[in-house]
Amino acid sequence: MLQEPDNALAPKRGVPIWAQILVWIGLLGLLGLLAAGLLNAKNPILAVGSPVPDFTLTLFSGYEYNGAPEVKLSDLSGKVVVINFWASWCQPCASEAPDVEAAWRSIEGTDQAIFLGVDYVDTEPEAREYMTNFNLSYPNGPDMGGRNSQNFNRNMGVPETYIIDQNGILRFIQIGPFQSVAKILAIIDPLVAGR
Amino acid sequence: MLAQFGIGMFLLTFLLALFSVGAAVAGYFSKSDRWVEAARRSMLLIFPLITVAALTLIYLLVTGHYEIEYVYSVTSNDMPFYLKVTALWGGQAGSLVLWSWLMSAFASAVTLRKWERDRELLPWVIVVTSVTLAFFLSLTILYENPFARWWQTTAGDFVPRMFAPAGAVAITPMDGQGLNPLLRHPGMIVHPPMLYLGFVAFVIPYAFAIAALVTGHSDDRWIRLTRRWTLVAWVFLSIGLVLGMRWAYDVLGWGGYWAWDPVETASLMPWLTGTAFLHSVMIQEKRGMFKQWNMLLIILTYALVIFGTFLTRSGVFSSVHAFSQSAIGPMFFAFIGITFVTSLALLIYRWKDLRAEVEMRSLFSREAFFLLNNLLFMGVLIVCFWGVIFPLISELVTGQKVTVGPPFYQRANGPLFGALMAIMGIAPLTAWGRSTAGTLGRMLWKPAIPSLLTTVILLFLGMRNWIALIGFTLVAFVIFVTIYEFWSGGRSREKKVKENFLVALWQLVGRNRRRYGGYLIHLSMVVMAIGILGIEVYRTTTQKTLAVGEDIQIAGYTLRYNSLAQFPSTDGRFVTRANMSVFRDGKLLGNLYPRYDYYPTSGQMMTVAGVRSTLADDLYVVLVNWENVSLIQAPFKVYHNPLINWLWIGSLMFIFGFLVAAWPDREKEKREE
Amino acid sequence: MKTKIIVLLICYFPLIMAVFIPAVAVSAQQPTPSDDEMNAIARQLYCPVCENTPLDVCPTTACHQWRELIRQMLAEGKSEAEIKQYFVDYYGARVLSEPPITGINWLVYIVPPVTFLAGVYLLFRAFQIWKRMAKEPEMGVDKSDSPRKVPESSKRSGSAEDGKYVVRLEEELKKRK
Repeated sequence: MLQEPDNALAPKRGVPIWAQILVWIGLLGLLGLLAAGLLNAKNPILAVGSPVPDFTLTLFSGYEYNGAPEVKLSDLSGKVVVINFWASWCQPCASEAPDVEAAWRSIEGTDQAIFLGVDYVDTEPEAREYMTNFNLSYPNGPDMGGRNSQNFNRNMGVPETYIIDQNGILRFIQIGPFQSVAKILAIIDPLVAGR
Repeated sequence: MLAQFGIGMFLLTFLLALFSVGAAVAGYFSKSDRWVEAARRSMLLIFPLITVAALTLIYLLVTGHYEIEYVYSVTSNDMPFYLKVTALWGGQAGSLVLWSWLMSAFASAVTLRKWERDRELLPWVIVVTSVTLAFFLSLTILYENPFARWWQTTAGDFVPRMFAPAGAVAITPMDGQGLNPLLRHPGMIVHPPMLYLGFVAFVIPYAFAIAALVTGHSDDRWIRLTRRWTLVAWVFLSIGLVLGMRWAYDVLGWGGYWAWDPVETASLMPWLTGTAFLHSVMIQEKRGMFKQWNMLLIILTYALVIFGTFLTRSGVFSSVHAFSQSAIGPMFFAFIGITFVTSLALLIYRWKDLRAEVEMRSLFSREAFFLLNNLLFMGVLIVCFWGVIFPLISELVTGQKVTVGPPFYQRANGPLFGALMAIMGIAPLTAWGRSTAGTLGRMLWKPAIPSLLTTVILLFLGMRNWIALIGFTLVAFVIFVTIYEFWSGGRSREKKVKENFLVALWQLVGRNRRRYGGYLIHLSMVVMAIGILGIEVYRTTTQKTLAVGEDIQIAGYTLRYNSLAQFPSTDGRFVTRANMSVFRDGKLLGNLYPRYDYYPTSGQMMTVAGVRSTLADDLYVVLVNWENVSLIQAPFKVYHNPLINWLWIGSLMFIFGFLVAAWPDREKEKREE
Repeated sequence: MKTKIIVLLICYFPLIMAVFIPAVAVSAQQPTPSDDEMNAIARQLYCPVCENTPLDVCPTTACHQWRELIRQMLAEGKSEAEIKQYFVDYYGARVLSEPPITGINWLVYIVPPVTFLAGVYLLFRAFQIWKRMAKEPEMGVDKSDSPRKVPESSKRSGSAEDGKYVVRLEEELKKRK
């Protein structure tokens, strides 16, 4: 049978209250963290109908908006904003690029909508080549620090397009390339008309 | 037909597991042996049923039933037979089946032992193992059904379901996607099962610990009963980790064995607490101390096993390893919540009954060093845990993603592991109980002198890196201490019993298997450290684009690019293979054939390095397939990894050490009973 | 006629040779800065889009572009720190192998050492308490340096003071979690 060593036996005392509180707070903190992480992972994309957080897009040199080399979303209220995320190393982006540019050209004159291109994790020389190839005339800027893309989709892929109405509410999300100019305009026109 | 049978088996085993839990609880509270026996039998029945279900799945995999979604996703016509069998654990659903299968095997093995003396503990051991088993079975049944089949809905989409959606048509693809090429490696066959064996085996001591807490047994019977389980769990987990390292080294193409990827680190964490536990229970057995701490350690180990499994599969943590995101995250979260809270509450409730027996007389006693051992392991655990958790915290709090990578872990864990090596050398020289600086010093100088001599020799040979110097000195120290222990033990027995020295040594080891097995394991750890120090401190790499006939040089070797061949292989791969000659000082040492394989069915590429291995180093050549490879020129990346093979040699050694330590000693056990 | 052929052959000889023995004639163009210089920096960075893959071994087209960018920046004379800063500005802090010490990131580096030192302190206090507990009833016992086993039969009575120390001990043990 086990021989109990006859050493000093501590008197029976439970765990002091402050230690219990500390430990439970720690455990609940961890569980809270995991829960938040799970929720985060489940909903990486900004929901349609929610207001879009303000951001500033610093444009590539050669592009400007209203004489400034950067665009703020808040300055664009009153217009429909079409934000298109692309990258030079992305094949589907290249397939939709002419359509996006054509859609922009057709709506440019009305001054009711603005297209913004955001270059997602790309290198400038290749990006310039892409923009020249497709004659992108709407303002384009790099996604500095990944901050802009994180606002829209924490697991951003390219191409993705986010269409925001005049009041800064996200109204439409396109994951993947647009199939035609008509499809793009079919989303924008109703929004411009105020519906 | 078979699919419905398979999922039906799982459903049945799930219900049996639930019944076991209920019957065991009922049996304990009503003190009815009949109910406990019913729980035990129900638990025993689970294993053969799961085996049948798992074999059904294997049959479907091997015979290419691609209408089953899981079969489609992990097998293809061009895969050899053995890979189709091991594809069982190639995907999320199948690996959960493997987990449940192994869990039920171990739970059954535990319930089959003689329980007469511990009848009080049995119900709760059944409860804990059954609850864990039921949890994993529920994941299989509700979320990751390996028997779901392909249907085409009226909308034209292909969906995997168990039962037909309205108006859908059953589809049978002609071929499967096939296993990810990275997983088609001998390491693939053994790494996951070994790892799971380690995880699952740690559930057993945890179950006994909980049983002891619930029933109010404050002695260390539970530790003695699970002594061998702990050792077995430890060795499987260690083997699993080493296999993972070997697999990464062979297959990932960058000649590294550990990347501190969150999933890798998560599988290391239970090993850390498990090793601490393995040591700490020795103090409880010898000196009756640290009962509370040991309870905490085994609870932590179980918690980390579940947490690590969660981390790999929930999509919350980004990793190259992670299974694709699935809905089991919330289930895991609920299970973690329940088990952590319950275990902690039980421990707090019983805290005062785990009487602390405070016989700690000296800072230089063996108990003190065991405590230091625990402190250091916990230190490494904190570093690893925090490094894994922090990116999640950063993303949630600031929205910014950060990477906590190798520099963080190496800087923090390096000194801690170094200190652990030092303790591995010092602790065997200490005595239980009373010991002073003087007595310890007297023991220390004998192995210390040759160790310092080693330092001097290394300095003389030109080694200047202080990390390597300290590291190799500590390695030498542990080696000398081990030799000294075996030598002095053998000599004293030889003198006392008048046996031949070798016989004396054999008898000595035979009668003190845990101690000498432990020394062998420590020895193997420092042998592994030799490999780690070599590659971490002295690795060099170079990359160059070579035309045919050109050379690339590294670490005194010259590699000449001879030719390139491209051809389809027998199992559908398209191989691009380079032929290189290795020279040193003008002498031809051999040829290497770095290649990459293209798998047309999945469109994936796998690099296979050409490696020349010796005890002194590895020459590891990769044909860089992501830069431009043409018949005229090709880019090569060469790694020179000094001493790396000692890492693998050391791992073989610890298996041997484990066998010595764990080999049953019937006479001793009878005496202890 | 024969002369014509010979002259033709002589004129076209170099071309013929070039076609049939390309290995001798062609040598791989080495980029400057070299792959090794480029990798020295790429190794310290992580692919901005892939999961936990260092930039020097990442196989995607995008990573190839980034490596070429590093090469170009090195050719322009940019230092390692400048290149790393550029990557952080453009792609975020996740490209570094360790969090930069901004915002709350200093927590990464502080928490483990602080916790470890707290553990060391607790252990030290625990030792002191245990030693005191072990010593107290044994005043007058020979404390020579010779190692001897602890007498198994030493009994100890729990004095009030013992109790107080042990309470603190248990508290500290719990704190270590």
